[in-house]
Amino acid sequence: MTTTAPRQESRATTPPLPPARGPLSAAVIASLRDSTAPLPDAGAVTAADPYGDDAQLALYLLYELHYQGFAGVAEDREWDVELLRLRGRLEDRFLARLRAEAPSRPSAADAIDALLIEPVADEDAGVSHWLQSAGGLRELREYAALRSLYHLKEADPHAWVLPRLYGRAKAAMVAVEFDEFGAGHAEDVHARLFADLMADLGLDTAYGRWLDAAPAEALATVNVMSLFGLHRSLRGALVGHFAAVEITSSPGSRRLARAMRRTGAGPAAERFYDEHVEADAVHEQVVRHEVIAPLLAAEPRLEADVVFGVEATGLLEDRLGAVLLDAWRAGRSALRTPLPEGGGRAR
Amino acid sequence: MRNTPERPRRVVVERDGPVLVEGPVTVLGDDGVPVTSHRFVVAVCTCRRSRTYPWCDTSHRRKSKKPQSEGDGPADLCPGADEDGAARKGERS
Repeated sequence: MTTTAPRQESRATTPPLPPARGPLSAAVIASLRDSTAPLPDAGAVTAADPYGDDAQLALYLLYELHYQGFAGVAEDREWDVELLRLRGRLEDRFLARLRAEAPSRPSAADAIDALLIEPVADEDAGVSHWLQSAGGLRELREYAALRSLYHLKEADPHAWVLPRLYGRAKAAMVAVEFDEFGAGHAEDVHARLFADLMADLGLDTAYGRWLDAAPAEALATVNVMSLFGLHRSLRGALVGHFAAVEITSSPGSRRLARAMRRTGAGPAAERFYDEHVEADAVHEQVVRHEVIAPLLAAEPRLEADVVFGVEATGLLEDRLGAVLLDAWRAGRSALRTPLPEGGGRAR
Repeated sequence: MRNTPERPRRVVVERDGPVLVEGPVTVLGDDGVPVTSHRFVVAVCTCRRSRTYPWCDTSHRRKSKKPQSEGDGPADLCPGADEDGAARKGERS
């Protein structure tokens, strides 16, 4: 927690549009600047790699209209039918690829049980293991910068599912979200705790500031949440995604808290992950027993999508983890554009 | 999740996990020091391996030699291993 004067909320400002990464994202940016500019046709979407920088940025920009928007872009473009048509085409490709690649499991219980088994400590086991044992401030700053795409709107994509749930599943999902949103205290909203962490690491906390730096693999981990959250038909996948996040967060957060302590990142940096160790140990139990169980009791046909949500999340996190570790082990930046010099506590 | 005199407080006992108690909860430890959590549900550690005892930190989980997933996620998405727990708290189950 900051002890200085209250900082400006990171979402008090609306970010500028980022540079394009290819023809699809260039067309979306041109259209957001000038609604008469032409948008890509179905063929152009089909030609693009659904996991690639161009398609992922195009999707990210279209989803962002539902959250914070962009400076100079009319807010009602959120419901522009031509943008929505393009978004639908991009989503179809992304979703088809995820469905083709996500491993299948016989039941939601199988998918969740697999998450409840922890690998033994090993630098090869994942990003948080590596950061804990080998990461320096440079890597922790890069990690925070690219995770800020999600954490500065933490739990927002999951709020979209609330109107699609009812009864026990709804009550429990709302309770977890309430906790994510600070349980009635603005200073405890998890997005705010993350902004405090970024300040400790000397990172600009303005919303959208690190979008251009984030590789496609990082965009995909956020896009999948928006994809699942914005479609009622994917409510099972959204719940599966949320369960995967909550179940795996607590031990990972413990490792990242240790990384922050070891590098002297600062008290707010430690607090963000310390809070997630304890909070997510609770959220895991609530999501498993009070969200998934009643949801599947009421709508058993959603089980395959709960599994899909769990597995698609793991798939995309694995892709991101591989990119990060490849770069960091080779002593390279994992970002598209290196961070400005800095490090250590901002103030 | 209200706690009112008319409604008994609900406690859920997980077989291989924490005891879930509707919050807020104060736990009085062996040392006589009370610790309080105001969370809507509080997960009280029963395996005694937690490094945030008396609160659960998922240290009760089984470990495997091979990671299920390489992933680390938002706030971190990794079926994680325990890095120093073995030394401090003994073997995992």
